Amino acid sequence: MTFIKLEGLTKKFGGLTAVDEVDFEIEKGKITAIIGPNGAGKSTFFNLISGFHRPTSGSITFEGKDITKTPPHIVARLGIARTFQTTHLFDTSSVIDNIIVGYRLRTKSKLFDAILRTKREKREEKEAFERAIEVLDFVGLANLADSPVSTISQESKKRVAIALALATGPKVIFLDEPAAGINPGETEGLAELMKKIVDSGITVCTIEHKMQMIMGLADNIMVLNHGAKIAQGTPEEIQNNPTVIEAYLGGESSAEVI
Amino acid sequence: MSKVLNKRNGIIAVLILSLLFPLAFSDNKYVLYIMTLAFIYIIAIYGMNILAGYTGQLSLAHAGFFAIGAYSVGVLTTKAGLNFWLALLLAVLITMGIGFALGIIALRTKEHFFAIYTLIAGYLIYLLIYKWEGLTGGVRGLIGIPIPNAIGPIKFESPIAMYYLVLLFLLLSIFVTVRIVYSLTGRTYNAIRNSEELAQTLGINTKINKLVSFVISVSFAGLAGGLYASLVRFIGPEIAGTTMVFTFLMYLIVGGIGTLAGPIIGTLLFIWLEQYLQSFQEHKMLIFGPILTLIVIFYPRGIVGAIQSLMGYFRTRKKESSKSYKTNSESTDMKSREV
Repeated sequence: MTFIKLEGLTKKFGGLTAVDEVDFEIEKGKITAIIGPNGAGKSTFFNLISGFHRPTSGSITFEGKDITKTPPHIVARLGIARTFQTTHLFDTSSVIDNIIVGYRLRTKSKLFDAILRTKREKREEKEAFERAIEVLDFVGLANLADSPVSTISQESKKRVAIALALATGPKVIFLDEPAAGINPGETEGLAELMKKIVDSGITVCTIEHKMQMIMGLADNIMVLNHGAKIAQGTPEEIQNNPTVIEAYLGGESSAEVI
Repeated sequence: MSKVLNKRNGIIAVLILSLLFPLAFSDNKYVLYIMTLAFIYIIAIYGMNILAGYTGQLSLAHAGFFAIGAYSVGVLTTKAGLNFWLALLLAVLITMGIGFALGIIALRTKEHFFAIYTLIAGYLIYLLIYKWEGLTGGVRGLIGIPIPNAIGPIKFESPIAMYYLVLLFLLLSIFVTVRIVYSLTGRTYNAIRNSEELAQTLGINTKINKLVSFVISVSFAGLAGGLYASLVRFIGPEIAGTTMVFTFLMYLIVGGIGTLAGPIIGTLLFIWLEQYLQSFQEHKMLIFGPILTLIVIFYPRGIVGAIQSLMGYFRTRKKESSKSYKTNSESTDMKSREV
Protein backbone atom coordinates (compact mmCIF):
# COMPACT_ATOMS: atom_id res chain seq x y z
CA MET A 1 0.00 0.00 0.00
CA THR A 2 1.32 3.39 -0.94
CA PHE A 3 1.73 5.83 1.93
CA ILE A 4 0.51 8.98 0.21
CA LYS A 5 -0.63 8.86 -3.36
CA LEU A 6 -1.71 11.80 -5.50
CA GLU A 7 -3.41 11.22 -8.80
CA GLY A 8 -4.12 13.90 -11.38
CA LEU A 9 -4.20 16.51 -8.63
CA THR A 10 -5.40 19.84 -10.02
CA LYS A 11 -6.37 23.11 -8.40
CA LYS A 12 -7.68 26.08 -10.35
CA PHE A 13 -8.33 29.52 -8.90
CA GLY A 14 -10.53 31.10 -11.53
CA GLY A 15 -8.43 31.12 -14.67
CA LEU A 16 -5.19 30.32 -12.88
CA THR A 17 -4.07 26.72 -12.59
CA ALA A 18 -2.04 26.63 -9.39
CA VAL A 19 -1.52 22.86 -9.39
CA ASP A 20 -1.77 21.06 -12.68
CA GLU A 21 -2.36 17.30 -13.04
CA VAL A 22 0.25 16.21 -10.51
CA ASP A 23 0.79 12.48 -10.00
CA PHE A 24 3.13 11.74 -7.15
CA GLU A 25 3.83 9.28 -4.37
CA ILE A 26 5.35 10.03 -1.00
CA GLU A 27 7.25 7.13 0.45
CA LYS A 28 6.97 6.22 4.08
CA GLY A 29 10.03 6.83 6.23
CA LYS A 30 11.79 9.05 3.70
CA ILE A 31 12.49 12.74 3.32
CA THR A 32 10.71 14.08 0.28
CA ALA A 33 11.39 17.60 -0.92
CA ILE A 34 9.26 19.75 -3.15
CA ILE A 35 11.14 22.47 -4.94
CA GLY A 36 10.33 24.98 -7.59
CA PRO A 37 10.55 28.69 -8.34
CA ASN A 38 8.32 31.19 -6.54
CA GLY A 39 4.68 30.81 -7.53
CA ALA A 40 5.19 27.24 -8.71
CA GLY A 41 2.26 26.05 -6.62
CA LYS A 42 4.17 24.43 -3.76
CA SER A 43 2.16 25.95 -0.93
CA THR A 44 -1.11 25.29 -2.74
CA PHE A 45 0.03 21.71 -3.04
CA PHE A 46 0.41 21.53 0.76
CA ASN A 47 -2.95 23.22 1.25
CA LEU A 48 -4.56 20.53 -0.91
CA ILE A 49 -3.08 17.67 1.09
CA SER A 50 -3.87 19.22 4.47
CA GLY A 51 -7.47 19.82 3.43
CA PHE A 52 -7.54 23.63 3.29
CA HIS A 53 -8.38 23.63 -0.39
CA ARG A 54 -10.47 21.10 -2.23
CA PRO A 55 -8.86 19.99 -5.46
CA THR A 56 -10.65 20.93 -8.68
CA SER A 57 -10.00 17.38 -9.83
CA GLY A 58 -7.82 14.43 -8.93
CA SER A 59 -7.47 12.47 -5.72
CA ILE A 60 -5.35 12.14 -2.60
CA THR A 61 -5.05 8.83 -0.77
CA PHE A 62 -3.39 8.42 2.60
CA GLU A 63 -2.64 4.83 3.68
CA GLY A 64 -5.22 3.57 1.20
CA LYS A 65 -7.90 5.98 2.41
CA ASP A 66 -9.31 8.66 0.14
CA ILE A 67 -8.82 12.02 1.88
CA THR A 68 -9.52 14.27 -1.11
CA LYS A 69 -12.51 15.94 0.52
CA THR A 70 -11.59 15.51 4.17
CA PRO A 71 -11.64 18.74 6.24
CA PRO A 72 -8.31 19.88 7.77
CA HIS A 73 -9.03 18.93 11.38
CA ILE A 74 -9.85 15.35 10.36
CA VAL A 75 -6.74 15.19 8.16
CA ALA A 76 -4.73 16.20 11.22
CA ARG A 77 -6.34 13.50 13.34
CA LEU A 78 -5.45 10.89 10.72
CA GLY A 79 -1.80 11.73 11.30
CA ILE A 80 -0.88 14.43 8.80
CA ALA A 81 0.77 17.43 10.45
CA ARG A 82 2.04 20.62 8.86
CA THR A 83 3.77 23.89 9.58
CA PHE A 84 3.24 27.23 7.86
CA GLN A 85 5.69 29.54 6.15
CA THR A 86 4.97 32.19 8.73
CA THR A 87 4.87 30.86 12.25
CA HIS A 88 1.57 31.55 13.98
CA LEU A 89 2.73 31.38 17.58
CA PHE A 90 1.17 33.22 20.46
CA ASP A 91 3.84 35.74 21.40
CA THR A 92 2.88 36.60 24.96
CA SER A 93 2.47 32.96 26.02
CA SER A 94 5.35 30.74 27.03
CA VAL A 95 6.79 28.18 24.64
CA ILE A 96 5.26 25.27 26.55
CA ASP A 97 1.83 26.91 26.67
CA ASN A 98 1.99 27.23 22.90
CA ILE A 99 2.75 23.55 22.47
CA ILE A 100 0.38 21.90 24.96
CA VAL A 101 -2.61 22.48 22.68
CA GLY A 102 -0.92 20.38 19.99
CA TYR A 103 -1.91 17.24 21.86
CA ARG A 104 -5.54 18.40 22.05
CA LEU A 105 -6.67 16.18 19.17
CA ARG A 106 -5.70 13.07 21.15
CA THR A 107 -7.80 14.17 24.15
CA LYS A 108 -11.53 13.93 24.73
CA SER A 109 -12.23 16.43 27.53
CA LYS A 110 -15.19 18.64 26.80
CA LEU A 111 -16.47 21.88 28.26
CA PHE A 112 -18.15 20.10 31.16
CA ASP A 113 -14.94 18.31 32.02
CA ALA A 114 -13.34 21.73 32.22
CA ILE A 115 -16.01 23.28 34.44
CA LEU A 116 -16.27 20.27 36.76
CA ARG A 117 -12.54 19.53 36.46
CA THR A 118 -13.16 15.83 36.06
CA LYS A 119 -10.58 13.07 36.39
CA ARG A 120 -10.45 12.80 32.62
CA GLU A 121 -9.63 16.52 32.33
CA LYS A 122 -6.85 16.26 34.92
CA ARG A 123 -5.37 13.13 33.38
CA GLU A 124 -5.46 14.55 29.87
CA GLU A 125 -3.97 17.87 30.97
CA LYS A 126 -1.09 15.92 32.45
CA GLU A 127 -0.68 13.85 29.29
CA ALA A 128 -0.71 16.98 27.13
CA PHE A 129 1.90 18.63 29.34
CA GLU A 130 4.15 15.56 29.27
CA ARG A 131 3.78 15.31 25.52
CA ALA A 132 4.75 18.99 25.18
CA ILE A 133 7.88 18.47 27.30
CA GLU A 134 8.74 15.40 25.25
CA VAL A 135 8.54 17.16 21.86
CA LEU A 136 10.34 20.25 23.19
CA ASP A 137 13.12 17.99 24.33
CA PHE A 138 13.07 16.30 20.92
CA VAL A 139 13.59 19.59 19.05
CA GLY A 140 16.20 20.65 21.60
CA LEU A 141 14.35 23.49 23.30
CA ALA A 142 13.58 21.98 26.71
CA ASN A 143 15.51 24.82 28.38
CA LEU A 144 13.25 27.46 26.80
CA ALA A 145 9.98 25.86 27.93
CA ASP A 146 9.00 28.74 30.21
CA SER A 147 10.23 31.62 28.04
CA PRO A 148 7.65 33.81 26.37
CA VAL A 149 7.72 33.21 22.62
CA SER A 150 8.39 36.93 22.05
CA THR A 151 11.85 36.56 23.64
CA ILE A 152 13.19 33.59 21.66
CA SER A 153 15.13 33.65 18.39
CA GLN A 154 13.70 33.20 14.91
CA GLU A 155 15.33 29.79 14.63
CA SER A 156 13.84 28.71 17.98
CA LYS A 157 10.42 29.84 16.78
CA LYS A 158 10.80 27.56 13.75
CA ARG A 159 11.64 24.72 16.08
CA VAL A 160 8.66 25.52 18.30
CA ALA A 161 6.39 25.40 15.24
CA ILE A 162 7.82 21.98 14.36
CA ALA A 163 7.43 20.82 17.97
CA LEU A 164 3.80 21.92 17.87
CA ALA A 165 3.21 19.85 14.73
CA LEU A 166 4.98 16.88 16.34
CA ALA A 167 2.83 17.16 19.47
CA THR A 168 -0.15 16.06 17.37
CA GLY A 169 1.46 12.62 17.06
CA PRO A 170 1.69 12.58 13.26
CA LYS A 171 2.72 9.85 10.82
CA VAL A 172 3.89 12.43 8.32
CA ILE A 173 4.89 16.05 8.74
CA PHE A 174 4.76 18.66 5.98
CA LEU A 175 7.17 21.55 6.50
CA ASP A 176 6.59 24.73 4.53
CA GLU A 177 10.00 26.37 4.06
CA PRO A 178 11.34 25.60 7.51
CA ALA A 179 14.71 27.19 6.78
CA ALA A 180 13.44 30.50 5.39
CA GLY A 181 14.94 33.51 7.10
CA ILE A 182 17.59 31.81 9.19
CA ASN A 183 21.37 31.73 8.81
CA PRO A 184 23.47 28.89 7.31
CA GLY A 185 24.63 27.48 10.66
CA GLU A 186 21.07 27.28 11.90
CA THR A 187 19.98 25.77 8.59
CA GLU A 188 22.33 22.89 9.22
CA GLY A 189 20.79 22.43 12.64
CA LEU A 190 17.33 22.22 11.10
CA ALA A 191 18.56 19.65 8.58
CA GLU A 192 19.80 17.58 11.52
CA LEU A 193 16.39 17.91 13.13
CA MET A 194 14.65 16.69 9.97
CA LYS A 195 16.91 13.63 9.90
CA LYS A 196 16.08 13.04 13.55
CA ILE A 197 12.35 13.23 12.79
CA VAL A 198 12.66 10.66 10.00
CA ASP A 199 14.79 8.40 12.20
CA SER A 200 12.03 8.47 14.80
CA GLY A 201 9.68 6.96 12.22
CA ILE A 202 7.85 10.05 11.00
CA THR A 203 7.87 10.72 7.27
CA VAL A 204 9.00 14.21 6.29
CA CYS A 205 7.90 16.21 3.29
CA THR A 206 9.37 19.69 2.93
CA ILE A 207 9.23 22.70 0.69
CA GLU A 208 12.59 24.34 0.53
CA HIS A 209 14.47 27.00 -1.38
CA LYS A 210 17.91 26.28 0.03
CA MET A 211 19.20 23.87 -2.58
CA GLN A 212 22.43 22.97 -0.89
CA MET A 213 20.54 21.85 2.17
CA ILE A 214 17.95 19.88 0.24
CA MET A 215 20.40 18.11 -2.08
CA GLY A 216 22.25 16.69 0.89
CA LEU A 217 19.12 15.78 2.78
CA ALA A 218 16.25 14.57 0.60
CA ASP A 219 15.75 10.99 -0.54
CA ASN A 220 13.36 12.05 -3.22
CA ILE A 221 12.66 15.36 -4.90
CA MET A 222 9.74 16.62 -6.93
CA VAL A 223 10.11 19.78 -8.98
CA LEU A 224 7.08 21.95 -9.68
CA ASN A 225 6.97 24.74 -12.22
CA HIS A 226 3.82 26.69 -13.06
CA GLY A 227 1.87 24.13 -11.09
CA ALA A 228 3.01 21.15 -13.13
CA LYS A 229 5.43 18.45 -12.10
CA ILE A 230 8.46 18.77 -14.36
CA ALA A 231 10.72 16.23 -12.72
CA GLN A 232 11.09 13.79 -9.88
CA GLY A 233 13.88 11.60 -8.63
CA THR A 234 16.92 11.45 -6.38
CA PRO A 235 18.99 14.60 -5.82
CA GLU A 236 21.56 13.42 -8.40
CA GLU A 237 18.90 12.86 -11.03
CA ILE A 238 17.38 16.26 -10.36
CA GLN A 239 20.73 18.05 -10.53
CA ASN A 240 21.40 16.61 -13.95
CA ASN A 241 17.93 17.09 -15.34
CA PRO A 242 18.04 19.64 -18.15
CA THR A 243 14.38 20.68 -17.76
CA VAL A 244 14.99 21.51 -14.12
CA ILE A 245 18.09 23.50 -14.88
CA GLU A 246 16.24 25.47 -17.46
CA ALA A 247 13.27 26.17 -15.21
CA TYR A 248 15.43 27.13 -12.31
CA LEU A 249 18.25 28.98 -13.89
CA GLY A 250 16.50 30.16 -16.98
CA GLY A 251 18.79 28.57 -19.48
CA GLU A 252 21.98 26.65 -20.02
CA SER A 253 24.08 26.31 -16.94
CA SER A 254 26.16 23.89 -15.06
CA ALA A 255 24.23 21.66 -12.76
CA GLU A 256 27.05 21.99 -10.29
CA VAL A 257 25.72 25.39 -9.27
CA ILE A 258 22.68 23.87 -7.69
CA MET B 1 6.76 41.78 51.23
CA SER B 2 6.21 40.27 47.84
CA LYS B 3 4.99 37.07 49.48
CA VAL B 4 2.16 38.95 51.18
CA LEU B 5 1.20 40.65 47.92
CA ASN B 6 0.79 37.50 45.89
CA LYS B 7 -2.14 36.68 43.67
CA ARG B 8 -3.94 34.33 46.04
CA ASN B 9 -3.96 36.82 48.91
CA GLY B 10 -5.09 39.51 46.51
CA ILE B 11 -8.07 37.43 45.47
CA ILE B 12 -8.96 36.67 49.10
CA ALA B 13 -8.72 40.39 49.96
CA VAL B 14 -11.06 41.36 47.10
CA LEU B 15 -13.47 38.61 48.12
CA ILE B 16 -13.58 39.78 51.74
CA LEU B 17 -14.00 43.35 50.55
CA SER B 18 -16.96 42.37 48.37
CA LEU B 19 -18.53 40.47 51.30
CA LEU B 20 -18.06 43.36 53.72
CA PHE B 21 -19.10 46.06 51.28
CA PRO B 22 -22.83 46.07 52.20
CA LEU B 23 -22.01 46.44 55.89
CA ALA B 24 -20.15 49.66 55.24
CA PHE B 25 -23.02 51.05 53.16
CA SER B 26 -25.97 49.43 54.92
CA ASP B 27 -27.69 52.80 55.25
CA ASN B 28 -27.07 53.79 51.65
CA LYS B 29 -29.40 51.77 49.44
CA TYR B 30 -28.39 53.66 46.34
CA VAL B 31 -24.74 52.66 46.58
CA LEU B 32 -25.73 49.03 47.11
CA TYR B 33 -28.08 49.17 44.15
CA ILE B 34 -25.40 50.60 41.86
CA MET B 35 -22.92 47.97 43.00
CA THR B 36 -25.44 45.15 42.43
CA LEU B 37 -26.17 46.52 38.98
CA ALA B 38 -22.43 46.65 38.25
CA PHE B 39 -22.08 43.00 39.28
CA ILE B 40 -24.87 42.04 36.87
CA TYR B 41 -23.07 43.82 34.05
CA ILE B 42 -19.85 42.08 35.03
CA ILE B 43 -21.54 38.68 34.69
CA ALA B 44 -22.64 39.60 31.15
CA ILE B 45 -19.18 40.95 30.33
CA TYR B 46 -17.50 37.73 31.51
CA GLY B 47 -19.60 35.99 28.88
CA MET B 48 -18.45 38.48 26.28
CA ASN B 49 -14.86 37.92 27.40
CA ILE B 50 -15.03 34.15 26.87
CA LEU B 51 -16.07 34.61 23.25
CA ALA B 52 -14.32 37.85 22.26
CA GLY B 53 -11.35 37.73 24.62
CA TYR B 54 -10.45 34.07 24.73
CA THR B 55 -11.91 32.68 21.50
CA GLY B 56 -11.31 35.80 19.41
CA GLN B 57 -14.85 36.16 18.04
CA LEU B 58 -16.35 39.58 18.72
CA SER B 59 -20.12 39.25 18.93
CA LEU B 60 -22.09 42.50 19.04
CA ALA B 61 -25.38 40.69 19.68
CA HIS B 62 -24.47 40.34 23.35
CA ALA B 63 -26.89 43.01 24.59
CA GLY B 64 -29.56 41.31 22.51
CA PHE B 65 -29.02 38.11 24.47
CA PHE B 66 -28.94 40.08 27.71
CA ALA B 67 -32.37 41.41 26.74
CA ILE B 68 -33.62 37.93 25.81
CA GLY B 69 -32.70 36.78 29.31
CA ALA B 70 -34.35 39.82 30.89
CA TYR B 71 -37.53 39.58 28.82
CA SER B 72 -37.78 35.81 29.35
CA VAL B 73 -37.84 36.38 33.10
CA GLY B 74 -40.15 39.38 32.67
CA VAL B 75 -42.69 37.63 30.46
CA LEU B 76 -42.59 34.32 32.33
CA THR B 77 -43.13 35.94 35.72
CA THR B 78 -45.60 38.71 34.87
CA LYS B 79 -47.61 36.99 32.12
CA ALA B 80 -47.25 33.28 32.84
CA GLY B 81 -47.04 33.76 36.60
CA LEU B 82 -44.04 31.49 36.97
CA ASN B 83 -41.83 31.32 40.03
CA PHE B 84 -38.76 33.57 39.61
CA TRP B 85 -36.25 30.73 39.96
CA LEU B 86 -37.93 28.59 37.35
CA ALA B 87 -38.22 31.65 35.10
CA LEU B 88 -34.50 32.39 35.56
CA LEU B 89 -33.54 28.83 34.68
CA LEU B 90 -35.79 28.90 31.62
CA ALA B 91 -34.41 32.31 30.67
CA VAL B 92 -30.87 30.93 30.56
CA LEU B 93 -32.02 27.92 28.54
CA ILE B 94 -34.02 30.07 26.11
CA THR B 95 -31.02 32.38 25.63
CA MET B 96 -28.77 29.38 24.98
CA GLY B 97 -31.27 27.93 22.53
CA ILE B 98 -31.55 31.14 20.54
CA GLY B 99 -27.77 31.55 20.80
CA PHE B 100 -27.28 28.09 19.37
CA ALA B 101 -29.56 28.78 16.41
CA LEU B 102 -28.06 32.19 15.71
CA GLY B 103 -24.51 30.94 16.30
CA ILE B 104 -24.81 28.25 13.63
CA ILE B 105 -25.54 30.93 11.03
CA ALA B 106 -23.40 33.77 12.41
CA LEU B 107 -20.26 31.64 12.79
CA ARG B 108 -20.22 30.96 9.08
CA THR B 109 -18.81 34.48 8.86
CA LYS B 110 -15.42 35.55 10.18
CA GLU B 111 -13.73 38.49 11.85
CA HIS B 112 -15.25 41.85 10.80
CA PHE B 113 -18.08 40.14 9.02
CA PHE B 114 -18.94 38.21 12.16
CA ALA B 115 -18.97 41.46 14.15
CA ILE B 116 -21.17 43.18 11.58
CA TYR B 117 -23.49 40.19 11.27
CA THR B 118 -23.97 39.95 15.02
CA LEU B 119 -24.44 43.72 15.26
CA ILE B 120 -27.35 43.39 12.85
CA ALA B 121 -28.68 40.31 14.66
CA GLY B 122 -28.58 42.27 17.92
CA TYR B 123 -30.47 45.12 16.31
CA LEU B 124 -33.10 42.69 15.01
CA ILE B 125 -33.60 41.40 18.55
CA TYR B 126 -34.07 45.02 19.64
CA LEU B 127 -36.63 45.64 16.88
CA LEU B 128 -38.48 42.43 17.69
CA ILE B 129 -38.80 43.43 21.34
CA TYR B 130 -39.78 46.98 20.34
CA LYS B 131 -42.48 45.90 17.90
CA TRP B 132 -43.93 42.80 19.57
CA GLU B 133 -46.21 44.76 21.85
CA GLY B 134 -48.47 41.85 22.75
CA LEU B 135 -45.62 39.96 24.36
CA THR B 136 -43.05 42.55 25.39
CA GLY B 137 -45.14 45.66 25.96
CA GLY B 138 -43.28 47.37 23.15
CA VAL B 139 -41.81 50.74 23.93
CA ARG B 140 -43.63 50.87 27.27
CA GLY B 141 -41.76 47.80 28.41
CA LEU B 142 -42.68 45.37 31.17
CA ILE B 143 -43.37 46.58 34.66
CA GLY B 144 -43.94 44.85 37.97
CA ILE B 145 -41.40 42.07 37.58
CA PRO B 146 -41.29 40.36 40.97
CA ILE B 147 -38.26 40.08 43.19
CA PRO B 148 -36.86 36.55 43.59
CA ASN B 149 -39.12 34.27 45.64
CA ALA B 150 -37.90 33.51 49.13
CA ILE B 151 -35.91 30.32 49.55
CA GLY B 152 -37.01 29.02 52.94
CA PRO B 153 -36.09 31.72 55.45
CA ILE B 154 -33.98 33.70 52.95
CA LYS B 155 -35.96 36.63 51.58
CA PHE B 156 -34.77 38.97 48.84
CA GLU B 157 -36.72 42.09 49.76
CA SER B 158 -33.77 44.10 51.03
CA PRO B 159 -31.07 45.55 48.77
CA ILE B 160 -28.47 43.71 50.88
CA ALA B 161 -30.05 40.34 50.11
CA MET B 162 -30.14 41.15 46.39
CA TYR B 163 -26.52 42.24 46.59
CA TYR B 164 -25.45 38.91 48.07
CA LEU B 165 -27.59 36.94 45.63
CA VAL B 166 -26.03 38.69 42.64
CA LEU B 167 -22.58 38.38 44.20
CA LEU B 168 -23.12 34.63 44.47
CA PHE B 169 -23.97 34.41 40.77
CA LEU B 170 -20.99 36.60 39.95
CA LEU B 171 -18.63 34.34 41.88
CA LEU B 172 -20.15 31.35 40.09
CA SER B 173 -19.57 33.05 36.72
CA ILE B 174 -15.96 33.86 37.61
CA PHE B 175 -15.44 30.30 38.80
CA VAL B 176 -16.77 28.86 35.54
CA THR B 177 -14.65 31.30 33.51
CA VAL B 178 -11.48 30.43 35.45
CA ARG B 179 -12.11 26.72 35.03
CA ILE B 180 -12.62 27.14 31.28
CA VAL B 181 -9.62 29.42 30.78
CA TYR B 182 -7.19 27.05 32.50
CA SER B 183 -8.49 23.88 30.85
CA LEU B 184 -7.73 22.08 27.62
CA THR B 185 -10.96 23.58 26.29
CA GLY B 186 -9.63 27.04 27.16
CA ARG B 187 -6.38 26.26 25.37
CA THR B 188 -8.43 25.17 22.38
CA TYR B 189 -10.27 28.51 22.37
CA ASN B 190 -6.96 30.31 22.64
CA ALA B 191 -5.58 28.40 19.70
CA ILE B 192 -8.61 29.49 17.65
CA ARG B 193 -8.09 33.12 18.67
CA ASN B 194 -4.43 32.86 17.77
CA SER B 195 -4.96 31.42 14.30
CA GLU B 196 -7.93 29.50 13.04
CA GLU B 197 -5.85 27.92 10.28
CA LEU B 198 -3.25 26.64 12.69
CA ALA B 199 -5.96 25.38 15.07
CA GLN B 200 -7.42 23.32 12.23
CA THR B 201 -4.08 21.75 11.39
CA LEU B 202 -3.84 20.78 15.06
CA GLY B 203 -7.01 18.74 14.62
CA ILE B 204 -9.33 21.24 16.28
CA ASN B 205 -12.86 21.38 14.93
CA THR B 206 -13.08 25.17 14.93
CA LYS B 207 -16.77 25.27 13.96
CA ILE B 208 -17.98 23.23 16.91
CA ASN B 209 -15.62 24.88 19.39
CA LYS B 210 -16.66 28.37 18.32
CA LEU B 211 -20.31 27.38 18.58
CA VAL B 212 -19.90 25.98 22.10
CA SER B 213 -17.99 29.09 23.13
CA PHE B 214 -20.77 31.24 21.64
CA VAL B 215 -23.52 29.37 23.51
CA ILE B 216 -21.63 29.54 26.82
CA SER B 217 -21.01 33.22 26.23
CA VAL B 218 -24.69 34.01 25.67
CA SER B 219 -25.73 31.91 28.68
CA PHE B 220 -23.85 34.44 30.86
CA ALA B 221 -25.75 37.24 29.13
CA GLY B 222 -29.05 35.41 29.68
CA LEU B 223 -28.32 34.91 33.37
CA ALA B 224 -27.28 38.54 33.80
CA GLY B 225 -30.40 39.70 31.94
CA GLY B 226 -32.66 37.59 34.15
CA LEU B 227 -31.08 39.01 37.31
CA TYR B 228 -31.31 42.52 35.87
CA ALA B 229 -35.07 42.15 35.30
CA SER B 230 -35.58 41.14 38.89
CA LEU B 231 -33.35 43.87 40.31
CA VAL B 232 -34.62 46.81 38.25
CA ARG B 233 -38.17 45.37 38.04
CA PHE B 234 -38.84 47.35 34.91
CA ILE B 235 -37.41 46.54 31.50
CA GLY B 236 -37.61 48.40 28.21
CA PRO B 237 -36.32 47.55 24.73
CA GLU B 238 -33.28 49.84 25.08
CA ILE B 239 -31.41 47.12 27.00
CA ALA B 240 -31.09 45.26 23.69
CA GLY B 241 -29.82 48.37 21.93
CA THR B 242 -26.46 49.05 20.37
CA THR B 243 -25.58 51.59 23.08
CA MET B 244 -25.77 48.78 25.59
CA VAL B 245 -23.50 46.42 23.67
CA PHE B 246 -20.90 49.12 23.07
CA THR B 247 -21.03 50.00 26.75
CA PHE B 248 -20.25 46.36 27.58
CA LEU B 249 -17.48 46.36 25.03
CA MET B 250 -15.99 49.58 26.39
CA TYR B 251 -15.92 48.20 29.93
CA LEU B 252 -14.27 45.02 28.67
CA ILE B 253 -11.64 46.73 26.52
CA VAL B 254 -10.65 49.28 29.13
CA GLY B 255 -10.51 46.64 31.88
CA GLY B 256 -8.61 44.20 29.71
CA ILE B 257 -10.01 41.96 27.00
CA GLY B 258 -8.83 38.37 27.32
CA THR B 259 -7.83 38.81 30.98
CA LEU B 260 -9.58 37.38 34.02
CA ALA B 261 -9.77 40.56 36.10
CA GLY B 262 -10.55 42.86 33.16
CA PRO B 263 -14.37 42.72 33.29
CA ILE B 264 -14.40 43.58 37.01
CA ILE B 265 -11.92 46.44 36.81
CA GLY B 266 -13.36 48.00 33.66
CA THR B 267 -16.96 47.84 34.81
CA LEU B 268 -16.39 49.13 38.36
CA LEU B 269 -14.17 51.93 37.10
CA PHE B 270 -16.71 53.20 34.60
CA ILE B 271 -19.80 52.70 36.75
CA TRP B 272 -18.31 54.75 39.57
CA LEU B 273 -16.80 57.34 37.24
CA GLU B 274 -20.26 57.81 35.79
CA GLN B 275 -21.68 58.34 39.27
CA TYR B 276 -19.23 61.14 39.92
CA LEU B 277 -19.82 62.61 36.51
CA GLN B 278 -23.61 62.60 36.84
CA SER B 279 -23.90 66.31 36.16
CA PHE B 280 -21.73 65.73 33.15
CA GLN B 281 -23.91 62.94 31.72
CA GLU B 282 -24.42 64.48 28.28
CA HIS B 283 -20.74 65.00 27.72
CA LYS B 284 -19.31 61.92 29.39
CA MET B 285 -18.11 60.56 26.06
CA LEU B 286 -15.84 63.60 25.81
CA ILE B 287 -13.84 61.98 28.59
CA PHE B 288 -14.45 58.30 27.87
CA GLY B 289 -13.78 58.58 24.13
CA PRO B 290 -10.17 59.75 24.38
CA ILE B 291 -9.44 57.33 27.26
CA LEU B 292 -10.73 54.44 25.18
CA THR B 293 -8.74 55.50 22.11
CA LEU B 294 -5.52 55.84 24.09
CA ILE B 295 -5.97 52.47 25.76
CA VAL B 296 -6.67 50.67 22.50
CA ILE B 297 -3.54 52.19 20.97
CA PHE B 298 -1.09 51.80 23.86
CA TYR B 299 -2.55 48.97 25.95
CA PRO B 300 -4.61 46.66 23.73
CA ARG B 301 -5.08 44.37 26.71
CA GLY B 302 -6.48 47.16 28.87
CA ILE B 303 -5.62 48.16 32.39
CA VAL B 304 -4.97 44.57 33.49
CA GLY B 305 -2.70 43.97 30.50
CA ALA B 306 -0.80 47.16 31.31
CA ILE B 307 -0.32 46.15 34.94
CA GLN B 308 0.85 42.70 33.88
CA SER B 309 3.47 44.02 31.51
CA LEU B 310 4.64 46.54 34.12
CA MET B 311 4.97 43.82 36.73
CA GLY B 312 6.80 41.65 34.23
CA TYR B 313 9.16 44.54 33.57
CA PHE B 314 9.93 45.11 37.24
CA ARG B 315 10.40 41.42 37.88
CA THR B 316 12.84 41.28 34.99
CA ARG B 317 14.78 44.25 36.32
CA LYS B 318 14.90 42.79 39.80
CA LYS B 319 16.20 39.53 38.47
CA GLU B 320 18.76 41.32 36.33
CA SER B 321 20.14 43.29 39.25
CA SER B 322 20.37 40.24 41.49
CA LYS B 323 21.89 38.01 38.85
CA SER B 324 23.67 40.48 36.65
CA TYR B 325 25.81 37.83 35.00
CA LYS B 326 22.79 36.31 33.30
CA THR B 327 22.11 37.24 29.71
CA ASN B 328 19.15 39.31 28.75
CA SER B 329 17.18 36.57 27.07
CA GLU B 330 17.45 34.32 30.09
CA SER B 331 16.34 36.97 32.51
CA THR B 332 13.12 37.63 30.63
CA ASP B 333 12.06 34.06 31.35
CA MET B 334 10.10 35.32 34.27
CA LYS B 335 8.09 37.78 32.24
CA SER B 336 4.45 37.73 33.06
CA ARG B 337 2.53 34.79 31.71
CA GLU B 338 -0.81 34.88 30.04
CA VAL B 339 -3.54 35.10 32.64
